[in-house]
Formats: sequence, structure tokens, C-alpha cells
Amino acid sequence: MDFDFSDDQRLLKDSVARFVAERYGFEDRTRMLAMPGGRDPAIWSAMAELGLLGLPFAEADGGFGGGGTETMILMEEFGRGLVVEPYLSAIVLAGTILGDAASGDQRAARIERIVAGDHRLAVAFAEPRGPRYAVDARATVAVGDRLTGEKIAVLGGGDAHELIVSARTSTGETGLFFVDAAAPGVSVHAEAGYDGSRVATVRLDDVPAERIAGDGAAHLTRAIEAANAALCAEAVGAMAAALDLTTEYLKTRKQFGVPIASFQALQHRAVDMLMQLELARSMAIFAAVSLDQPPAVRAANIAAAKVQVARAARFVGQQAVQLHGGIGITAEYKIGHVFKRLTAIETLFGDADHHLDALTDIGGLAA
Amino acid sequence: MNLDFTPEEQAFRDEVRTFLAAELPDDIRTAVADRTDLTKEQIVRWQRILNARGWAVPKWQPEHGGCGWTPAQKYIFQEELSLARAPEEFSFNVAMIGPILQRFGTDAQKAKFLAPTANLDIWWCQGFSEPGSGSDLASLKTSAVRDGDDYVVNGQKIWTTLAQHADWIFALVRTDPKAPKPQMGISFLLIDMTSPGITVRPIRTIDDHHEVNEVFFDDVRVPAENLIGTENRGWDYAKHLLGNERSGIARIGLSKERLRWARDTAAEMAADGRLTPREHDRLLRDLVEAEIDLKALELTQLRVVAADSGHGGEGAGAAASILKVKGTEVQQRMTEIMMTLAGPAGLALPDGGHGRNEAVEDRWLSAAAPYYFTMRKVSIYGGSNEIQRNIVAKTVLGL
Repeated sequence: MDFDFSDDQRLLKDSVARFVAERYGFEDRTRMLAMPGGRDPAIWSAMAELGLLGLPFAEADGGFGGGGTETMILMEEFGRGLVVEPYLSAIVLAGTILGDAASGDQRAARIERIVAGDHRLAVAFAEPRGPRYAVDARATVAVGDRLTGEKIAVLGGGDAHELIVSARTSTGETGLFFVDAAAPGVSVHAEAGYDGSRVATVRLDDVPAERIAGDGAAHLTRAIEAANAALCAEAVGAMAAALDLTTEYLKTRKQFGVPIASFQALQHRAVDMLMQLELARSMAIFAAVSLDQPPAVRAANIAAAKVQVARAARFVGQQAVQLHGGIGITAEYKIGHVFKRLTAIETLFGDADHHLDALTDIGGLAA
Repeated sequence: MNLDFTPEEQAFRDEVRTFLAAELPDDIRTAVADRTDLTKEQIVRWQRILNARGWAVPKWQPEHGGCGWTPAQKYIFQEELSLARAPEEFSFNVAMIGPILQRFGTDAQKAKFLAPTANLDIWWCQGFSEPGSGSDLASLKTSAVRDGDDYVVNGQKIWTTLAQHADWIFALVRTDPKAPKPQMGISFLLIDMTSPGITVRPIRTIDDHHEVNEVFFDDVRVPAENLIGTENRGWDYAKHLLGNERSGIARIGLSKERLRWARDTAAEMAADGRLTPREHDRLLRDLVEAEIDLKALELTQLRVVAADSGHGGEGAGAAASILKVKGTEVQQRMTEIMMTLAGPAGLALPDGGHGRNEAVEDRWLSAAAPYYFTMRKVSIYGGSNEIQRNIVAKTVLGL
């Protein structure tokens, strides 16, 4: 049993933390959100230079061979800085599918360019009708190698070069396909998310596509597990930021002639936030190391982590705003944006109820 | 980053499990499983079985019977005890006075007390709280005045667990009422419960049991050789107990055992129709919810165990307080689930609430409510959960 980071992991943590602190101050972020596409393209290039875009890819494919722990380290720091870059969609989600399912040729055609920051993927699987968190494609259909349908909530879809799209094949199974985002028949409508992210609705009308072999629903499931593990870590970073901002505020804000930190009711609330943060951190670690476990264990462990983290995210986010008082609900101040990102994390890739039901259906965690 | 126990630790777990399977008497296992009271004889018998195996006082210094275990081994041992439905460590002897004697006692005190304390030949109780001194323990008033070779003790202690069985009491007493700070006038005394002037009066608690007591001291003469360490330094010695041993605070094994028990019991009750399918479904979801809480707590406890072994990563700040608060919340949640399972059949308290009515087939049914009631104590004793939050606010958050 060892919860220590290796020297390399500590180095990674320091370098990402420094990058976020230097390049992603709250004012920088506000400025970037106002740019076309809602972000500064220079940041993505800088991430490529730092090697962050190659983190989870195999060394043989031109990546750095990082695992769940490395992604956790990076995402926690991103969470602290409310980083809005499409790392989760382009690197974690799409990267998992590429690494697990794509052929050698398909990987060779993409990964080096992804790592260099020249090629960005997004994964389009959610559909406007049907169960919200389903991974099997229903209304999007593949006829041969051509796709028709509509996808919603495509993270990072607005400026992706290429999409991985799920579609129902002629045999009724779910397949995954590469689709060139610039191909005729592809229309992408991007919108700003309340958390600073960008999401897209993608319509496909008889669009040429390239199949990724295998069971698409299974590949998606695994990619979503990786994304949820990453989100748990991001939430831990955001909650840590929320707690830091809140305790700082409690010490400086004066009412009745004293810092409000002297009031026991507020002290205890802050301690409850800390406890939720620490329990969530334990579960984020659990999720990260579970990515290497057999499928059933992996699914159960990550579902459990998401339940704990989603509930903690709600509590810490809400209480951070509450303890800030009126300033907590102003757009000019960071804490409200932390709350909004935590809220998005709650619902992305299955909320607490969804994962609690899923875990109940499989009989709970392994003994 | 690796959450698995080592092969050596797994082998140790197997060794403990094998021992418990062979040596834990059925009557004790059943009483623990049903959450009915253990008799004094059962508690003593079990301590002596452990002592015969060399596992009565694992955390003590090796020359006094300690096992030299790593934090992970201590954690595993405690977890296996609970999972096997063995009694928990007898903390007054094992976790409190034993370590105090070893750290601060004289050679004569060690020679006199340690071996019988390990074997439970001497049963200790703890005299800290007083009617006017609970969370503000340092305000305690029981006085000890030096008179020749003795101290003369007058005052009252309260919530003294199992004092009715105790041979000795370790007590905090005020020896300097004029000290500049209340903490600086307190001494740590060992007092023979057979001394003239001691009266033990039972306190009936809401579970209708007799576990805690009031202990009155009326001109009780205590030989000065029974002082621990230096006069007026008792507060420092008592503080040594706080957060000193962090491997078992959250009582993970205890809650794990209750979770398993609740799953099994719910399945039986669903099978014979006492739970409707809808009730069973809801219970299963509640149990998974509790299981997730428990897993988060377990991993947080393991982060502390790893930190204490030098493999901690960041650890968790003020871990002892956090583990105490969340651990007790989970323990209490499990008692709520036990109450849900019992339903109206749990209303009757046969045999005055001691659950020894053999006519009741499911003995746990009559023990569920008393257990639920008594377990409210866990968030009150040992520094209430509110005091724990005060500690965390001050030491970690700097508020």
C-alpha cells in the first residue's frame, strides 16, 4: 500500500501546477473565454510543448505512457485553475478509444499529430432522445460507411478536426467511426456551456466515415470510465480551490467588528467542506488506480467514486457560495465559477443517482 | 500509487483469520454478532485467549508484550477482529493506561501493573469526565491534596464505563487549584477501586443498560507512589492519548461487518416475505450508499496508515479528527439501517433489554433498538464531533 507519487509524478504535478498558475489566472481565463471559440489557441500549443497532450498515449504510439495516476495529477491541477481546454474530450475520452480500439494504421495517422497539438478529436455519442446516459447508438445510423443522425452535448466538438461518432450498424450493434469534421454533410453548432466549456450539437447527413473495429458500446464505456476518473480528480482540484478561497475570505471579511472566521457556525461548515474534500480525494485516487482493474471491478469502483465525488462537489460548491455571501453569486468573482464547474462535473457522464443505481444493480462493490 | 496490501500483509491477515476461526468462542461471537452485552467473564476470557497467543497488547513496547507491528498490520488486526465478530480491543487497559504506564510510569509501576493489565487481571476504568467538565475537561474539580505519603481525593467522576467491574481507576485530579492555567494544575493518579471512600453509582442509559457510572470520592487516600510522572503534569500525559494511535480510529471493520450483516439479513427477510420487493430494493440502494461512504472512509483511513508508514503522499490534515467524525457517522448510519430492518418487531425489550430472552429466535431484533440508542454515544465521547470540528478549524484551516 503506497499513496506516494513517484519522482516523475511529482515532477509532472509541479510542472502542471506552475503552468496553470502562470498561464491560467482568473483574469486570464476570463479574457480567454471571450475569445472566438471560448479559449486561447496558444494554450493548447503550450500544452503540447509541455508534453501534456501525449500523456496517456502509449510510448510506442508517440505518447508518454502515462496511466490513471498521471491523468489524475494533471486533472486535479486543471480543476484548481478552472482550465477550460478540451483536454477531457480530446485527450482522455478520444485518447482512450484510440489507444484501446483503433488499428495500428488509425493510430499512426493521428496520435503523433494529436501529441503535437495539430489534431484534435471529439467524441459524439449522446443523442437528443432516449436514455440520457446510454452508450448504445439508436437514432444515428450507419449505412455501410456513411452516417446519418444527430448528436448532442459533444464536448469540445466546436473546433475539433475530427469526430469519433457512435452509430447503429446494419447488424444492430453500436459501432464507432471517425468522421472528418470538415466533410460535406457535417454541421456543427457550438454553444458556450455555463461552466466555460464549449459543447456542440452535430448533425450528420450521409457523411463518409471510417469504422473503428469492435464493440463500440464497450469501447465507449471504457472511455467514459476514464473520463469519470479524470472528472473526479478535476473536481478534487476545484473543491480544493473552493475551500482555499472560502477560508481566505472568512479570514478577511469582517462583520460585527470581527473576521467572520471567528464564528463557530462558519468554522464548522468549512470543516465539513474539508472532510468532503478529503473523502472525495480518496475516491478520486480509488478511481484512478481502478482503471487497470478487470472490467467489472473497474466499473463498480468508478461508479462509487463518481457518487461520492458528485455529492461532495455539490456540497462544497454550494457552501463555498453560501459562506461568501452576496459576492459568491457575482460573475466577477472566481468562487461562482468554481461552483458552476463543479455543477457540470456532477452531471457529466452520469450523475450520482445514475451511478448509485448502476452500482446497486450489480450488487455493490466487490468484497 | 498502489492500494493493495503486500503479500506479507495478506499472509498476516490469513494468520489472524485462521486464529480467530479456531479460537474465538461461539458464545462470544454470537453475542457480538447480535449486539447483545458481553459479560465480564466473556471479556476477560477473550483477553486471556489473545494474551496466550501473544496478541493481547500488540501496540505496546516489545518488552511488555507488544508485537512490533507496522501500522498496516495494526489496521488489519483490528479489521479482522471486527469481521470475525470478536470483541474490540479493551481500550481502557490496552490503548489507554498501558501506553501511559510505559511512557510515563516508574519502573515499580510498570512492574506492578503492566502484566496484569495485559491479561485483564486488573480491570481499569477511566476517570476523566465530571458533571461540570465534559468538553471543557480541563475545568475538572476533583481534588487531590497531599497529606504525608498520600493524596486525599475528593470529588466526582461521571460516565465511567464499566466501573462496576473495575479494580482500578486512572483519574485526572486537580492538585494545584491556583495554577495560572487550568491545564497546569492537573495530575494523573492511579486509584484502587477498593479504597475506602469510593462509591460507584450506576447510570441507567436510554438503551436501558448499565454500562456507565458515577464514581464518588470521599476522602479517599491514595499512596503518592500511584502518581504518574510529575505532579501537575497530568494534562500532558492525558493529551498523549489523543491522536497517538491513528490506525483504528474510524472502526472500518466494525462498519464493514454491519454492512455484511445487513445485506445478509435483508436477503433473508426478502426471501421469507418480511420485506416487500420494493422495501428490499430501497434497502439495497441504501446499503450501497452506505458502502460508498464506508469505502471513502476506508481509503482515507488507509491514507493515514500509509502516511504513518512513510508511504503517505499528502496524507490528510488533522486526520484523527476527520476519521473520528466520519467514522462515527458511518457507524451510526449502520445502526439506523439495523433499526429499519427490525421494524416494529424490534420494539419489545425482552429481559429488561439485555437481549437474553432465548425465546426470541432472532436475538438481534431485541438488540437493534438498544444498539441504535447506545451508539449515539460515539459522536459524543472521546471529544464530541463538534469539538473535533473545532480542532480541525483551528489546526488545519487556521480559522
